[in-house]
Amino acid sequence: MTLKTRLLAGAALIAMAGAAHAESHAMMEHPETGEKLAADQSFTYRVLDEFPSIDPNLIEDVEGSAIGRQLFEGLMNQDEKGDVVPGVATGYEVSEDGLTYTFTLRDDAKWSNGEPVTANDFVYSWQRAADPATASEYQWYMGLMKITNVDEVIAGDMEPSELGVKAIDDHTLEVTLSQRLPYFPQMVTHTTTFPVPKATIEEHGDAWAQPGNMVSNGAYVLEDRVPQEYITLKKNPEYWDAENVIIEEVKALIINDENQALTRYLAGEFDQTDVPAGQFPRLAEEHPTEAISVPNLCTYYYNLNVSESGPEALKDPKVREALYLAIDRDVIVENVVAGGQKPAYTLTHWATAGFEVPSVEAAQMSQQERNERAKELFAEAGYGEGGESLSFDLLYNTSESHKQVATAIGQMWKQTLGVDISMANMEWQTFLEERHNKNYEIARAGWCADYNEASSFLDIMDTNSSYNDSGFNNADYDGLLAEAKTAEDPLPLYTQAEEILTQEFPILPIYHYATVFMMDDTIKGYPLENAQDNWYAKDLYRVAEE
Amino acid sequence: MLNYVLRRVAVAIPTILLLVVISFVLMYAAPGGPFNSERPLPAQVMANIEARYGLDQPYWKQMANYVWNVVVHFDFGPSFQYRDRTVNDVIAQGFPVTLTYGFWSFIVALVVGVALGVAAAIRHNSWLDYLAVGISIGAQVLPNFVMAPILVLVFTLWLGWLPGGGWQGGQIEYIILPVIALSTSYMASIARITRSSMLEVLNAGFIRTARAKGLPTRRIIWKHAMKPTMLPVLSYLGPAFVGMITGSVIIDVFFSTGGIGQFFVNSAFNRDYSVIMGITILVGVLTVTFNLVVDLLYAWIDPKIRY
Repeated sequence: MTLKTRLLAGAALIAMAGAAHAESHAMMEHPETGEKLAADQSFTYRVLDEFPSIDPNLIEDVEGSAIGRQLFEGLMNQDEKGDVVPGVATGYEVSEDGLTYTFTLRDDAKWSNGEPVTANDFVYSWQRAADPATASEYQWYMGLMKITNVDEVIAGDMEPSELGVKAIDDHTLEVTLSQRLPYFPQMVTHTTTFPVPKATIEEHGDAWAQPGNMVSNGAYVLEDRVPQEYITLKKNPEYWDAENVIIEEVKALIINDENQALTRYLAGEFDQTDVPAGQFPRLAEEHPTEAISVPNLCTYYYNLNVSESGPEALKDPKVREALYLAIDRDVIVENVVAGGQKPAYTLTHWATAGFEVPSVEAAQMSQQERNERAKELFAEAGYGEGGESLSFDLLYNTSESHKQVATAIGQMWKQTLGVDISMANMEWQTFLEERHNKNYEIARAGWCADYNEASSFLDIMDTNSSYNDSGFNNADYDGLLAEAKTAEDPLPLYTQAEEILTQEFPILPIYHYATVFMMDDTIKGYPLENAQDNWYAKDLYRVAEE
Repeated sequence: MLNYVLRRVAVAIPTILLLVVISFVLMYAAPGGPFNSERPLPAQVMANIEARYGLDQPYWKQMANYVWNVVVHFDFGPSFQYRDRTVNDVIAQGFPVTLTYGFWSFIVALVVGVALGVAAAIRHNSWLDYLAVGISIGAQVLPNFVMAPILVLVFTLWLGWLPGGGWQGGQIEYIILPVIALSTSYMASIARITRSSMLEVLNAGFIRTARAKGLPTRRIIWKHAMKPTMLPVLSYLGPAFVGMITGSVIIDVFFSTGGIGQFFVNSAFNRDYSVIMGITILVGVLTVTFNLVVDLLYAWIDPKIRY
């Protein structure tokens, strides 16, 4: 046998083994549901852009986080509803004062090189994430976790080793906090807190996250990565729960243009892609089993510049309320964005865990009543018919869908209040800077929760929040949020805070986001009720087509 | 000749340096920065990141360091946006892709364009001329951002013959659609330039002499008319070739090729300073080089030109 024929024979054997393997899946049924599984257990989806990083401590975007969740596993995971379930930790205990969390780690968790995952791996990761030398943007998230000494470590005044996290033994991790944080267990489902392999990082430096170097502890390992083209993950046989992982390969294709992505999805090239704005109704009709709309914890709103630099008219709460009332949100969600979004009269997204949307008066009225009220308020303020005429500049970041929303709202204000709106769009970075410097009158904004808790929304309107671009300054509001941080039941405080926003109107909430996407109907197990869209490929499976 | 080349290279160096300085100034003049995001970072976190990337230094020092690293170490620095890779990685990964589809687009545009142009000129005012002109006008008015989605619609969604995107290391079926989309408008320009140039040459005295001598038409075209016809085409080809091999953001975006054009445009939006600089320099050096190559080719084609 020549070398070449031997190689061919070898390849044939491997192919046969592969076929036999696939065969075994084709025979398989899902262990819980009993559905017949497809021979091809792969999941391929489209992402918008290249991941800035897939190093858990450095990950800074939603799509990178999704990759991080497959490659690595943190202390806790989320289930299909977004509730916290065990990950590497089997559970945790909280001290009486709520300041010390003790996590118990499972003893069968392993890295992809076979080494055990220990409490020290978490200590190393958390110290690395907070270390100024790592220069992670997500140091801010470590700060948000209120771990003892975290601000001092970030400022470089203390060594990372003084961070309030330590390994009691290999399987016990103790975290101390500087203040009570009832949602702390939710926070450790975030990629920044996932363990990273010290030995690998020390060996390869910045190149440790490249294919071939990376060692990970999640249900998948990094197989291949071509920037701006794709990333491929393969099932990790060393994962502690590998026998229950059904999807063998996860692939993310980077496709910038969403219409192009949709065409390729429809040609059957992959399993999931976003729906471009406005196309959901048509797709839902043509592909009812594939077009999906789920709530997404983000709120779309307009900032009114109520600071010194803002226009005089906006300093009058009546004018702000009139603008708030005269937006026909039903038209926006049904005819403009049209993807299952819901009208927003308050800031916090309706699907936020443990939160109930306060019943504000405006939400109960019909649009006609709202318009009448808006006209009255406007007249009282001395504007509109018979009064002074008003005009505002409306600023948004360049995007077709923001433009559509702005055009519609501008029309509504013009019709109801006679306000002239001149629209201006700016490229993203310029837009952010102008808005942050308060060189605007009315500006588009969107906010997504960092964690599934109302404070993640309400905190942005705190006087000292760096995202409070309205320049809103209200001591009562700040006091309520401060009180909520340590309250047994913060919900009444959140309701009061929302009420302040609907008395003062520094912002005009417009709609609560939904994620709309197309997904092949053979893919099952996708967590449609997880409002943060935190999906785990280990929970997915592909059923055989009938 | 050698003297001329050396002189041109000597001029090229300050040209590139000027390019670096101007790009640097424009880049820093633009609002925002690589680490500004919708969620403004706490001041301390921003300070840590800026310290890590040397962005806390004065501008002149940043620029001097940059030039020093590029010239001495051939190191274009880390990407500020893609934290897992350096600018050298970005170029090493993206440039071969654009070079591949750009090169094939160039060949297609050149061969088809010249053929159309010559055919149209020889059969001036015949149906062949109208057809060739029609095709090239059609190709010209269909910009590649229109071509690309149409091609995918037809060949991927309807016919299912070719993949709608991806690169897969440059397999032939992944190259075809990008090449068609990229080459058409270049092809149209080449056809138009070739046609008008050929018409002019065919009316020249030396062609009339050749005809009078009784030379066969094929010989007149190939042996005598072709070379002078190519002179104006050539001056178009230099920049066109650079344009093609340094990629097109449209091609990269629509076909997800992973080419350099996409990185270039994204880096501008992301204020990824080091990637902007790296690719600007790459494009600058290529432009200068191919302009020189074109000038040297002139001398080869037209012996009247001396250096």
